[in-house]
Formats: sequence, structure tokens, C-alpha cells
Amino acid sequence: MISTPALVYGLTGLLLFVVGLAGLISCAQLLRKILAANIMASGVFLFLVTIAHGRGIVIDPVPHAMVLTGIVVSVSSTAVALALACRVQETANIHDLRKIRARGDER
Amino acid sequence: MMGLLSVSDCWIIWPVILPLFWALVAFWAKQQPRLPGLLGALVTSLASGALCWKMVRHGAFRYGLGGWYPPLGISLRADGPAVLMVLMTAVTGFAISIYAGGYFQSRIAMGGQGRRQIVQERSFWPLWLLLWAAMNGLFLSADIFNIYVTLELVALSSVGLTALSAKPPSQVAAMRYLLVSLLGSLSFLLGVAFLYKTYGTLDLATIQAALCLSPPVAMAMALISVGLMLKTALFPFHFWLPPAHANALAPVSAILSGLVIKGSWYLFFRFWQGFLPLVGEGGGAFLAALGGAAIIWGAFQAFCQQRLKMLVAYSTVAQVGYLFIIFPLIATGAGQGTSAVFYFAISHSCAKAAMFLAAGTIFVQRGHDRINDLDGVRQVLPITTFAFALGGLSLMGLPPSGGFIAKYMYLSQAFSQAKWWLVLIMVVGSGLTAAYICRAVSHILSAQKGEGRGPVVVAASMEWSALALALVAILLGFIAPVPLALLGVAG
Repeated sequence: MISTPALVYGLTGLLLFVVGLAGLISCAQLLRKILAANIMASGVFLFLVTIAHGRGIVIDPVPHAMVLTGIVVSVSSTAVALALACRVQETANIHDLRKIRARGDER
Repeated sequence: MMGLLSVSDCWIIWPVILPLFWALVAFWAKQQPRLPGLLGALVTSLASGALCWKMVRHGAFRYGLGGWYPPLGISLRADGPAVLMVLMTAVTGFAISIYAGGYFQSRIAMGGQGRRQIVQERSFWPLWLLLWAAMNGLFLSADIFNIYVTLELVALSSVGLTALSAKPPSQVAAMRYLLVSLLGSLSFLLGVAFLYKTYGTLDLATIQAALCLSPPVAMAMALISVGLMLKTALFPFHFWLPPAHANALAPVSAILSGLVIKGSWYLFFRFWQGFLPLVGEGGGAFLAALGGAAIIWGAFQAFCQQRLKMLVAYSTVAQVGYLFIIFPLIATGAGQGTSAVFYFAISHSCAKAAMFLAAGTIFVQRGHDRINDLDGVRQVLPITTFAFALGGLSLMGLPPSGGFIAKYMYLSQAFSQAKWWLVLIMVVGSGLTAAYICRAVSHILSAQKGEGRGPVVVAASMEWSALALALVAILLGFIAPVPLALLGVAG
């Protein structure tokens, strides 16, 4: 029922999600964490695009609209995250969450 | 119930549009953001009240935006639980807004660090009203993709509010909060994708009616549940909450602890209402086990804290547990479980916001919030002390308070279904709550003189708004039939 290209794209999307998740949890540097979150988002978007093709011959426009909105949301949250990361580095002079944990808790 | 589009149904969009509009006005009014901010809070509260009045008179209804109903369009719906949460946000939010007016006035008058307080206030009002609009949108949305967007809006504006405080720990806490929120939202979105793939619709009610236990649906529910549990800070995902809530500015702490976590919990509850009968006892018991761990661990940590705001923040970790131990009690679908948990949510919202506001007033007056040095606060801030103690009373669940009614309903449900382990958790949890509240209150009430800076005059509105919220939490112990009747208006 599911064609092979759709399967490949869908699984790639899920794989990207998992890779991003692993990066978000395991990387200590803030910039890497933000990039990992973006990779996760791309994985979800790829999965959504695959869904649009999965429903018969006519392409379903709803997941495409969801991806467009999702990209807008993703860009905004990345902008906030980058701005905040700069602030963290300026005020606390750190860019590594492990060091933050060591220093942040004693205050 | 579900009629065609009529003009009067558009009442439902005002609680979302009005705060959005006033947020923009507050953003443009650079020099004087306080007036549009307070006006926006007043207008939004009135609109929420009007929506409630409309729903009570005409029953639950749906509103298709632009005249398009599902499956094509996006719809909003007003039913008992949604309107009760909107009303809770209105009451708590209005009191917090009054407090914030006095808070920024006092801090700017104190001066000291120059322009920083003015900049903080300039950012506070637009962000807070945006957050309010997003919260109302979240409660009223019936479309799961729309809900994803409102979840992100809530997360971004609350992260902005957390980062307002200029102290380095709060910046770090805001960063961690943002990353956790992003993870939660993306997990939720992937779950939405799975649901759409399975059912071909984004309408929550349609999906709930068709829900069945197939592998993609189980996957979707797992992703959505984990995402929302992260955002609600359920144990063991609570690590980000205490530093973020305790290091924020006083009104922001109250907003985050009283309102924001209720948003993601409300969604979790909505999804699980349909899903719980499918997974049966086991799923509910699992959630209750996490909730029970949160109650015990959060209360224990709260007892060990040295700072008053940290204590109140860990208390939130514990109280979130109560929102989740209800699930085995509603698995059968009968009884008062749903009423109990919503009553708990609204009384916790008022009590916790009142306590954070009172703790913020104490912080401004003393210049610190180390519990052991807080002796003698009673003499300078009697009203605030009273508000803090009353809020604590409701958290402990002593009669006559909203917390008592909620816990009474919890216990009677647990007894009637012979779930003794839940009774045990609740009793131990209440004992620990009493212990940490008394630890804080005993210092605040003591007659000795504690450390702190010299005479600082805090605005009267700061003291009275906290007291008003605490009194609402107590009043909820007397007017229980009114909110419960509102909750009973089915969709």
C-alpha cells in the first residue's frame, strides 16, 4: 500500500528526528543544541511532506500548509534561541551547559 | 447545541484578539506601557467573563473561523472545561496585572540600577498580553495543529518573560526552558503528523471519537504525551522548572507557576480523556505513579530549600503530581474525578499565584528571600504575610478552601474505588506540604528582627492583589457548586 519512495522519505524523516533528539540531549554546547533542534524540525517536516503523498493520487495540501506554518514557527524559535544564547554568553560568559550546571546552582 | 454560524457566536474570538491588540498597543506605547497593559488586562478579563456568560446561557458551541467548519476549516469551541480554564486565566491574570503595575512602579521608584527596570517593564506588558492571548487560544482551539502553534506561542512568550530578569541564573534557566519547550513542541508535532496520517483530520473531537489502539495511534499518543509532560514538568521531567520559576521577576513567577503549566496539562487531559478507556487501568496507574513520585519528591525538595521562591517553585513540582494522580480514578468514566482535578487546577492557580506574588513582595522589601533570615516580615508586611499563609492553607488542603474541596473529592473517589495506594500518597503528600509551608510561615510570623535592607515602601496594590487572589482560593471552598456547574456544560 505504501510505495517505496514514500517509505524511504518517511523513515529518513524519523531518522532525522532521532538524530536531532540525540544531539539535543547529548551535545553540551548551546549552538549545537539549537542546530540539533533544527534537525529535529526538518525531520518532522520531511515526514509531513511524505504524508501528503501517502493519501492516493491527489496530493493532500493540508500537510504542506502545516509544513509552511511549521517553518515559520521554527525560524522564529531559532531566532529567539540564538538571541538568548548570545545573552547567556554575555551575562554569564559561558556557552557550555555543563559548565552552567556547575556554576549556576551555587548562586 | 452545535448550530450554524451566528453573529453572537463570535464572542469566542474576543478573549484571543483583545489581548493580542493591546499587546501591540503596549509595544508601541514605548514610554507608557503600563496604562495600555492594565487596560488590556481589564478588557480581556471582561471578554472572558462575557464568553462564560454566553456559554452558560446558550450551552456549549463551536465557531468555525471564517465560516469554515471541519473537516475543511479550523474551529474554536467553548465547552465547560475550556471556558473554566479561560475564566481561571482571567481571574488570576487580572490580579497579577494589578500586582505587576505596583511592582514595576515600586522598583522604578527605588531606582538603584537606573534604566534597567524601565526596560523590563517595557518588555513585560507586550509579552504578558501575548502570552495571555496564546493561552486563551490554546484553551479554545479544537484543531490539533492550531494547538501546536499556540503551544509554541505560549513557550516563546514565557521564555521571553523568564529572561527579563537580568541575573545570569535566570538567563541560563530561560535557555534551558526554551530548549525543553522546543523538544516538547516538536515531539507534539510529530504526534500530530501520525494522527493526521491515521485519521486524515486535525479536528480534536473527530479524532477522539474515532480513536482506536493501533500502532501509529499508540506512537502518536506516546509522542504527544511525552511532549506535554515535558512542558508540564511532570516528574522526572521537572528539572527545568524550579530555576526558571524561582529566578524570574515576581509577577512572571506567578504567571508561569499559576497559569502556563496548566495549559499543557489541560491538553494532556483532553487527549487522555479519549485515550484512557483504550489503555485501561495500566496506563492510568503509570501516570499516577509518576504523579505520586512528583508529589513526594517535590515536597521533600521544597522542604530542603533555603530560598523562599525556590520553596514555592518546588511546591509547584509537587502540586503538578496531583494533576496526574487523577487518571486511574477517571478510567471508569463515572464519578467526580474530572470535577475534582479541574477544581484542583483552579484553586492551585489562585493559591500558587498568590504565594509567588507574596514572596515577590517580601523579596522587594527585604532585598533577599533566604528563609532563615526572614524573621519579622509580619511587622512590616502584614497583608502580604496573611496572603502567603492563606495560599499555603489552600495548598495544604485545610478547610475551608478550594484545595480542601478538591482533595476531599479526590479522597472520596479513591475510597469508593478502593485505591488505597492513592490515599496513602495523598495523605503523605499533604503532611509534607504542611511541613514545608509551616517552615516558611514560622519564620515570616516570628517576632524577631531579621536581616534586610532599610525601609522600602512597596506599593499597596502589590499587597492587596496577592491577598485578593488568596481570598479567591479560600472563597472557592464556599462556592464549589458554581464552577462545577460551569464545568458540567458538555461539548
